[in-house]
Formats: sequence, structure tokens, C-alpha cells
Amino acid sequence: MEPAKKEFVKEVVIVNELGLHARSAAQIASLARQAKSNVWIFKGDQRVDATSIIDILTLAAARGTKIILKVNDGGDLEILETIVALVENGFGEQSRHE
Amino acid sequence: MNDTDTREIILRGISASPGICIGGAYLVDNEGVHVVDKYLIDKGHLHEEVLRFKSAVGKAKYQLHELIENTPEELRQNAYILESHALIIQDKMLYGKTIETIEKEQVNAEWALKKVTSGLRAMFKKISDPYLKERADDIMHVSGYIMRNLTGAETEDIADIDKRVILVAHDLSPAETSKIQLKQIMAVITDRGGKASHTGIIAQSLEIPAVLGVGNATARIDNDDIVIVDGTAGIVVINPTARTLDEFELRKQRYKKHREDINRDSHALAETDDGYSFRVMANIELPENVLSVIYHGGDGIGLYRTEFQYLGRPDFPTEDELFEKYRDVVEVMSPKPVTIRTLDINGDKALTNGNGMDVVERNPALGLRAIRYCLKRPDIFMTQIRAILRASVYGSIRIMFPMISNYEEVRQAKQIVRDAAASLDKEGIDYSRNIEIGIMIEIPSAAIMADVLADEVDFFSIGTNDLIQYMLAIDRGNRQVAHLYHPLHPAVIRMVQHVANVAREKGVKVSMCGEMAGDTANLPVLLGLGIDELSMNPQAIPEVKHAIRCISMDYAKKFIKEVLKQKTCEDVYKLVRDNYSDIMAKAMDMDEFLEIRG
Repeated sequence: MEPAKKEFVKEVVIVNELGLHARSAAQIASLARQAKSNVWIFKGDQRVDATSIIDILTLAAARGTKIILKVNDGGDLEILETIVALVENGFGEQSRHE
Repeated sequence: MNDTDTREIILRGISASPGICIGGAYLVDNEGVHVVDKYLIDKGHLHEEVLRFKSAVGKAKYQLHELIENTPEELRQNAYILESHALIIQDKMLYGKTIETIEKEQVNAEWALKKVTSGLRAMFKKISDPYLKERADDIMHVSGYIMRNLTGAETEDIADIDKRVILVAHDLSPAETSKIQLKQIMAVITDRGGKASHTGIIAQSLEIPAVLGVGNATARIDNDDIVIVDGTAGIVVINPTARTLDEFELRKQRYKKHREDINRDSHALAETDDGYSFRVMANIELPENVLSVIYHGGDGIGLYRTEFQYLGRPDFPTEDELFEKYRDVVEVMSPKPVTIRTLDINGDKALTNGNGMDVVERNPALGLRAIRYCLKRPDIFMTQIRAILRASVYGSIRIMFPMISNYEEVRQAKQIVRDAAASLDKEGIDYSRNIEIGIMIEIPSAAIMADVLADEVDFFSIGTNDLIQYMLAIDRGNRQVAHLYHPLHPAVIRMVQHVANVAREKGVKVSMCGEMAGDTANLPVLLGLGIDELSMNPQAIPEVKHAIRCISMDYAKKFIKEVLKQKTCEDVYKLVRDNYSDIMAKAMDMDEFLEIRG
């Protein structure tokens, strides 16, 4: 990936049980669709469009996977933060202890 | 390959649900993809073509929402899946890409959709995580909904079948099975799937014959072909000759007469010829299966599988949800006992190895499942045990732990039951104080250690499907070795004998809940060995009760001594056949047919 301004990039770890499955991917996609510019998700060297559920699914991001979120427009930072919070909260799926 | 179109063809598959049916075939092409034609659209009409695609998507979306609304409560897990389908339907990688393909390549919408779908499928093939990999199926199904609207093939919709047909499909999706106009389906044939597949279970509960896992049924059968489905023998005959039709018509009549005979006494307790009575119980998976148990005269539930509530959803069921499902069954069956098997999630089920970690088990049958998983996740286990205990006040409950392989596991699992009871005490919630606790004997180490394990439990339940698989090292899903899987293998008989002897000495009840228990051919051996209770698919109960009534315990005990002298499966089988030809009559019938056909 090309170097980006630091504040436009966020790293987050998938914590929910089933990883990025259709419903969690859908939650990300619906947020990303509100962005002015592109929202990308990186896993390793794979990059997907966060507005597409199917594209997100192809990441096969199971629990424990590290992903990087990136927006191209400073105006989309709020959306970026919301997505990060969503991922960190395990998409509101029932939280469980190990 | 065929001399004419109407040559008789015999296909073999898994007999997933018994019965015989003769009728017209109805092909459900749920991939819908390989029948698609490609044609070019001239520039002036491209816009129309895109609109046609958009309206097909709109229609599919509407249908999907309607389907979700009409999904009955008991098929909730279907609704979850359908909701994700509704979300995928307008995804740009499917929707946007298809429109782009129509415009760029100037092709018809069906072809564009097919092309995009196959591309997506190829992408998902590379994913190694089994749960996420299966999401490819979701995309295929979504594409199928759109395709059906595009081709205008409303008649392809299972919901609209207006005549009694034999359903032939590659595989049936949960969405499709929830739409089936059940009254219209006389029998089911699929290329994929087995006895325990979603389709298999539904066919059994509808009591229609099903032959699954045929491999090439959809390729060999055409719409409206006359087809014989023999779910008892696992045989499909396409374009039968007049002689075969006569033969099967006769078999069908005999089967019907036989069913009537055995159903007459199915509600009475089964007593042998010389007065020994046996409880014949049922294996169930869904609460609503209870009706079938009662209808078929089950003397209780010998195995209530509890996995279903955990599948096809991203989260775990709550204690209240589970409690409801257990209470439903216990209340209806009361005062007859209900044996609840604690969670046995295994690698081939959708919970990503049951632990959500990024680990692919190479050998899930030997992996982290059942009690091993539950002891690793005591929070999940505790929720289930509390739900079971709470349901216990509504009838008679037994708790059974699956996949026990050593003594410590029994101790630990029992400790969790005690902890759950203590927590309920603290909250002042009532539960029954005399719940029997037992274990599945399905791992050879547990069978061998039965004398030690007996000190900790009230009952054993021999799970033959796994026990045989582990003992003989046979994966029944592997066609290369499946023929070596024999319930009446002399080693299996000795192992069961050992467990039954120990149980008798220790005063512990011993039941059997694998498929072996539901096959009447094994009955003389099982009774002779001293099995106390049998548990099986509800539909098999009348047949087994009928067979018990034809057996004398006195004779069975002498017979088993002879059986134990045999060296091969073939010898055992022959001995059973020579001594119990009446019980075996059905199986022999089929041998005759197969001999004629070579």
C-alpha cells in the first residue's frame, strides 16, 4: 500500500466469534457507503472495498485477524472511527468470556 | 452411453428415508447456471437489458423479504441465513459487476450473472477457513434467486409445484427446503448430502422416501422421467421397464401392508415372545420432532441432539432460548424420559471448529468437539446445563455427555452440573433433584474403561455411528472404504458385549442410540447381548417394536453364543439370516432384486 497520512489509517483486530461473516460485513458496508471517498480494508497485501459485503467476505478474516482500515478523505475520519469501534465491540454480538 | 432415451438405469445412493415411490421427476436446478444460454444484445437494447436485470433483482429482494417474514419460528436459523442473502443481493460485486458485464460485453443478463457468479465462486474456493468458505454457497443461492426471476422460470420455484412429484436436486438449500410445498413432494433424490443432512432429516420427518448422495442424479434424470425411488434400499431406477415397474409396485404394496401391520401395535410396549419388555425410544433433533415420536409410539427420547440451536447464527443461544426448546420436548413427553445430549458441535458444522479461531482442523472427527469443546468453554457449557436443569421440573430428564474418552472428563462435566445446580439454588430457581446422568460410549477408550466409568454414571448409551467408525478406522463418507463399515463386525459385537456385561455387573443401564439400534437386522444380536433400551429415528420405532415381538430372549441368548464364535462379518450376517429370516425378509427382498440385475 502507498504511504498514507497516519490519521487516515487504523489498525484493528477482529474479536467476534465468527469473524467477518455476512452480517458483520454488512454492518461495515452500510457505514462505508456513507463515506465521501473510498474506504479500504487491508489484510496482509490483500485490499478490499469496504462498501462491498462480498469483497469483505473474500478477506476470510476469522477471529484474531489483524486488519487495516483506510479512508482517502479527512472528512471520512468519523466513519473510520465508527467502523473501528464496531469491530472492536465485536459487532455487538453477544460478548463471551474465554 | 444409452442406446435409447428410455433405457432403464439404476443409480445407487444413501437410503436417507425409507419407503418406495413411483412417479414423475421434477428437476430443481438450484445452481441454474449451466442451462444458461449466451446471446448478444445490440447497443440500442442494452439499457432495456440492464433494466430487466434490475427488475429481477428487485423481485428477488421482495421475494426474499416475504420468505423471511413467512419463516416459521422453528426454522429461525433459516431466517438468519436469508437475511444475509437479502444483504448480499445488491452488493456491487454481484449487482454492479453484472450490470457492468452486460454493458461492456453486450451480453444478456443471464449470461452476465453467470459469469460474475462463477468468478466469485472461484475466489471463495481459495479460502481455507471452512465457515467463511461456505459463504460462497450464500452467494450462489443469491445468484440463483435472481436467475430464476430472469429466466422467468416461476415454475422452477419449488413453492409453485402444482402436482405430486419426485424432487430431484443437486442439493437443497435451507431456503428451498423452507419453501417446499410439502404436500406436493412424494420423494426426494439429491446428488449430494447424506442421512444426517438437512434434506435427509426433513424427508425423514415428512416420512417420504429419500435417496441422497447419488452423485449424478441431476445429470441422468430429466424432467418428467418416470422414476422409482426406493428409500429403503437406497436405489433409484430411471425409466423402469414394465417388469421392474411391476416388481416395485408389488414391493410398494408389500411395504404399505407391512407398515399398516406394524403401526397397529406401535403404541404398546414391546415385549419379546417370552415376556421381556424393552423401551424403544427416539432420537430427535428439533422440538417439533416430538410429534413424530408420539405418533410412532416412542417410549421416550433416548437422544435429544442439541446442536441445532447453535448452528447458522453468529452468536450463541441464550439460556432462556435453550430452556424453551428443552421444556417444549420434556413437557410433551412427560412422564416418559427425555435424554438430552449436551452440545456436540463438530468440525463439519458451521461454527468454525466451534471456537472461532483461525484454525482448520485436518481431522475434525478426532478434533476439538463435544465434551472437549464444552470443558474448554465452561461458560457455554454452563448456559446449556442451567437450561437443562431448569427444564427438568417439567418432566423426566436425563443428561448425557458425548465423546467421553477418559474418567476425568466425566468428573469435570459432573462438577459443572453441580456448579450449575448450586447457582440455581442461590437464585432460588427450581430444578429436579434426581436427574440421571449418563455418558455416550462412542470412543473405544470409554468402552474399554466402562468398568471405571460405570462408578460415576447412571447409564451408558452406546453411540454406534462413531464407535464403529473409530474402532474400524472407517470414514463412512469415504466411498473407497465405506463398504468395510459393518455394524455386525465381530469386533463391534465383542466391544458391545463388554460394555453390556460391565453395565449388568455394575447395575448401570445400557442403551444404544446409533443407527445400529434402528436396523431390525441387528436386533437379535443386541437383545442377545443384553442391551436394555434402544433409541432410533422415530419412523423406525414401529418396525423395531414389531421385530422385538417376534424374538424370544431365551433363543437370542443361545443365538449370541454362536454369533460370538464367528470370525467374519459375512459369517455373522449369514447366521442372522439363517436364524431370523422372518425379520430379515425385507433385506432379502432387495438381494433378490439386485441379483436379477447383476
